[in-house]
Amino acid sequence: MTIYMLSLIDDETWHDSNQADWEAEMQLHTDFAAAVEAAGCQITGGAALERQSTATVVHRSDGQVRITDGPFAEAKEVIGGFYLIEAPNLDAALEVAKVCPSAHVEVRPAMDLSAHE
Amino acid sequence: MDPIEEAHRRWWPQVLAATVRFTRDLDLAQDCVQEAYLKAFAAWSQEVPRNRAAWLTTAARRLAIDRMRREATLRSKLPLLVIEDDETSTPETDLLRLIFTCAHPALSPDAQLVLALRLLGGLTVTEIAAGLLLKEATVAARITRAKQKIAAAGIPFRVPSEAEFPERLTAVLEVIHLIHTAGHTAPEGAELTRPDLSAKARDLAGMLAELMPTQSEVQGLLAVCLLTDARVEARTDEDGALLLLADQDRSAWDQDLVHAGLRAATQSLRGGVGRYALQAAIAGLHAQAPSIEHTDWGLIVTMYDGLLATWPTPVVALNRLAAVSMVPGTDLVEVLAELDALGAEPPLLAYPYLPAIRADVLRRLGRFAQAESAYAVAAALTGNEAERAYLRRREEEVGGWGRDVGVTSA
Repeated sequence: MTIYMLSLIDDETWHDSNQADWEAEMQLHTDFAAAVEAAGCQITGGAALERQSTATVVHRSDGQVRITDGPFAEAKEVIGGFYLIEAPNLDAALEVAKVCPSAHVEVRPAMDLSAHE
Repeated sequence: MDPIEEAHRRWWPQVLAATVRFTRDLDLAQDCVQEAYLKAFAAWSQEVPRNRAAWLTTAARRLAIDRMRREATLRSKLPLLVIEDDETSTPETDLLRLIFTCAHPALSPDAQLVLALRLLGGLTVTEIAAGLLLKEATVAARITRAKQKIAAAGIPFRVPSEAEFPERLTAVLEVIHLIHTAGHTAPEGAELTRPDLSAKARDLAGMLAELMPTQSEVQGLLAVCLLTDARVEARTDEDGALLLLADQDRSAWDQDLVHAGLRAATQSLRGGVGRYALQAAIAGLHAQAPSIEHTDWGLIVTMYDGLLATWPTPVVALNRLAAVSMVPGTDLVEVLAELDALGAEPPLLAYPYLPAIRADVLRRLGRFAQAESAYAVAAALTGNEAERAYLRRREEEVGGWGRDVGVTSA
């Protein structure tokens, strides 16, 4: 089993949605959770993120620490949230990503550090 | 053919696939299979074994066991391949697993191409670099990166499920078709073709057809490879200059390949009318025609109509127009207007075959001055020397006609 991070990438318009849209969106995520279970995978973590304009960046170089208003890199499409999914292989993770409620989903394996322990 | 060379050509991918399942490590498997072939050089000079694939697989696995024992403390730089349904393995399923892994959609098309040539084709990095006109370092880096992605991202060594199968098979066919196309008209360089690559693609298509005899599109791809390769010898004259279909000596077409190609095309069309089945039909109609004039252009256009519906790309639209222009009684002015509309679209702006076809239509309309400049545009766009020489010849030819008759078409 491998842990995959599914980054949900969108244009942040969902932050402006009304109550009904919001509830529909939440339902999609509930359905997604059920689909993950059905696919033999497991959600092990995740979060929905506030707007990128709320980000703050801590820079560190040559022992100096500097704090600036974020985000680190401004973009039209950003990571609006993420899931951590445990899946037997990439194909299984991709099947799950296909039903993940977001316009773009980046699927990236987490490093297996158990071999270094 | 020498038995080892033949065994390499026929069984390399099968032996590698069986070894990969055993080692779950692409690099290790590849090294061991290579070494097994070297061992065969010495061993087979005494006696060639009856089942050469089994001999090579056993040898490769033994080498792998030795290496794994020796390097047990060093290994696991990369995660092992994820293997599904290990207990149902046969040499055929192993081979299918390797094929589908090479053409996994999580790999870029460039990566799929070099990986297929390396792992399925058994070509060396040097051979691939020469075939694709890339630097060896570029090819080596692409292969390494692709293997790392397979291992680290957990691309499984598996045959896709029934639901995924059609889409995944399309990707496999595309890679092999791309190899074939790369061999058929070298995009750059002095020679028109690189027959090594097209022969390799033909072998791989044949291997797929053996593995999946009932898949219409697989038979279609095989037919396209065979029928295109049948004409290779006739595509150039003794000086290596390009000859178009109209000027080719049809008796120089390889009849064995034509017959095998027509058989595959027929079988493909019996099973469906997908992209490769229709391309096979078009190639088959050309192969059966005694001359360019006695070609059933009407039926070829019908096949292109179907092809354009299943595979709507600008290049297919262009080839369809070229066929339309050959139907007796066609309004060439209308074809010209459609060509110009197509040429205004970005994908074909720098595509040399568009001005080449345009030039041909203009020449047949008697607009020699315009034809001359269209040939010049096409010659400037192509990177292939044989094609450029052909286009320059035509340019000079129609230029001469234009001056002779004093045509000043607007």
